[in-house]
Amino acid sequence: MDWQALALSVKLSLVTLLFLLPIGILFGRWLAYRQFLGKSLLQTILALPLVLPPTVLGYYLLVMFSPNQGLGLWLSNTFGTTLVFNFEGLVLASIIFNLPFAIQPMQRAFAAIPREIREAAACCGMPPAQVLWKIELPLAWQGIVSAMVMSFAHTLGEFGIVLMVGGNIPNETQTIAISIYDKVQAFDDHSASVMALSLLLFSMLTISFTYWLSERGNQPHV
Amino acid sequence: MSDSAIHITLQQQQAIPLSVQLECQAGELLALVGPSGSGKTTILRAIAGLYKPKNGHIVCQGESWQNTAQQIFLPAHRRHVGLVFQHYALFPHMTVLNNIQQALTDFPKQGRRSQALELLKKVHLEGLELRFPKTLSGGQQQRVAVARALARSPKVLLLDEPFSAVDQVTRRKLYRELLDLRKKHAMPMILVTHDLEESTLLADRIALLHKGEVLQTGTPEFVSAHPKTATVARLMDQQNLFSAQVIKQDTLAQKTLIRWRGRVLEAIYQPRFQLNERVCWMIQSANVLLHRRERPSNGDKENPLQGRIIEYMESSGLANLLVEIDPELKINIAMNVPIHVAKRNRLGLSENIGISLLSAGIHLMPYQPLRREV
Repeated sequence: MDWQALALSVKLSLVTLLFLLPIGILFGRWLAYRQFLGKSLLQTILALPLVLPPTVLGYYLLVMFSPNQGLGLWLSNTFGTTLVFNFEGLVLASIIFNLPFAIQPMQRAFAAIPREIREAAACCGMPPAQVLWKIELPLAWQGIVSAMVMSFAHTLGEFGIVLMVGGNIPNETQTIAISIYDKVQAFDDHSASVMALSLLLFSMLTISFTYWLSERGNQPHV
Repeated sequence: MSDSAIHITLQQQQAIPLSVQLECQAGELLALVGPSGSGKTTILRAIAGLYKPKNGHIVCQGESWQNTAQQIFLPAHRRHVGLVFQHYALFPHMTVLNNIQQALTDFPKQGRRSQALELLKKVHLEGLELRFPKTLSGGQQQRVAVARALARSPKVLLLDEPFSAVDQVTRRKLYRELLDLRKKHAMPMILVTHDLEESTLLADRIALLHKGEVLQTGTPEFVSAHPKTATVARLMDQQNLFSAQVIKQDTLAQKTLIRWRGRVLEAIYQPRFQLNERVCWMIQSANVLLHRRERPSNGDKENPLQGRIIEYMESSGLANLLVEIDPELKINIAMNVPIHVAKRNRLGLSENIGISLLSAGIHLMPYQPLRREV
């Protein structure tokens, strides 16, 4: 078992979640409640990582982060930093490819709260921030937790994008999925199978947990 | 302008047309009545601050809630409004007590629990404070919603079809409770309903709405008996609505005579209509008298008509009849009599009867084409 790679994967997943949680709540809520021009287009763009081959997305991110042009050039000139082949770049890539996994379940959860309930809260004298804190978040928490768990699992197992953007640098960008590939290449079948089985079990656990959560969500509050 | 009242003026063309000027005094119950899509709920939402009409002026107890000209718009959480939603909109993740406590923002934190319990007592829900909304019956949920609305110390109480989701027996009970509540709380109350019977039972005044416009306001009895137009009459469910022509204005006898399908009818004097003017007229079912077979009375001489019963239905102690006056012209008059009177006079389908239209009950309105004369 490559503990270093596992630790890096877990760290990457947790840091990604740290950013995705507020982004998901903000965008999920916004998309659930607001109607605006170009909403469908925005939703399409946000959903792209679901269907795009990870290597394609990874390629575009690599081009975008490249210090020779655009965002990468600006970062390099302004902060003297780069986003390719390092952990920060991996985090940003992780956030981008996880957007639909985080936003969509949260959007559905917020949309499921009847408008009347939010309006009743306002009529009770609650300002918008309090309505979010006291009414919306407690009613949407299953969707939020489910989104977080799915994003965590997805980041933990992502291969294509990580390899494209981060390469395969031990303790910097070598995640567990890449480590499995590495071990297979090196004919270390035992290590590869231990790690693969660990990821398989973890994935099963994650999906069971989200199903359990959604079952709970279907039950009335008693 | 009375300080304890609410004054509402709303005007807009799009997206939902609104043309509304209303006021409701403290202690008064005003019912907004109209068919689905007439804008009743939109008006209520505008009062609560949940909808912002293009042009609005809402003043409640002297406080300006909306004034488009002065760019004032108080959001819902800053208006002291008690709103009972159609499906109650209780917070499903909170207990009954917690639901009520959420609206007690004006009270110090330590006093909220006892205040919420007090309100629960007021709506007869003691002992249910730790239950969740889903475990309550429709009537109980409605009471929690009322208690929560009152917890806000509202300057106006808004009720959006609050009785539509409960059974008939519970509804009667809740009607009584609302009437009781009115006695205890002297604030303006605005009830949205499409049920005319409900508005007659509960409201001091009604405002009849059609396509976002207030067509007429007044006591339910007055609007029902004296609709301004045939549209109002139709919305008030007046079945006996016809067109005619004024043929005489008799100032001396204080009578207005109209010609209706070859017959001359005598109506109470209504001088605002010109001689030979085409008019619409109506008569409430209750103002159509049955000629008793055994004992003819003086009333029988008043606009007498002969007809045949073509519809007979009994409900709530009344026999509702549809009497065919002229089979060729398909003129029918709706009327009702107490069931015991119907039995005594052996009324039934296809029976020929004599009826009188009370001249005091014949109400004239400006002419407008009628889609169908009953």
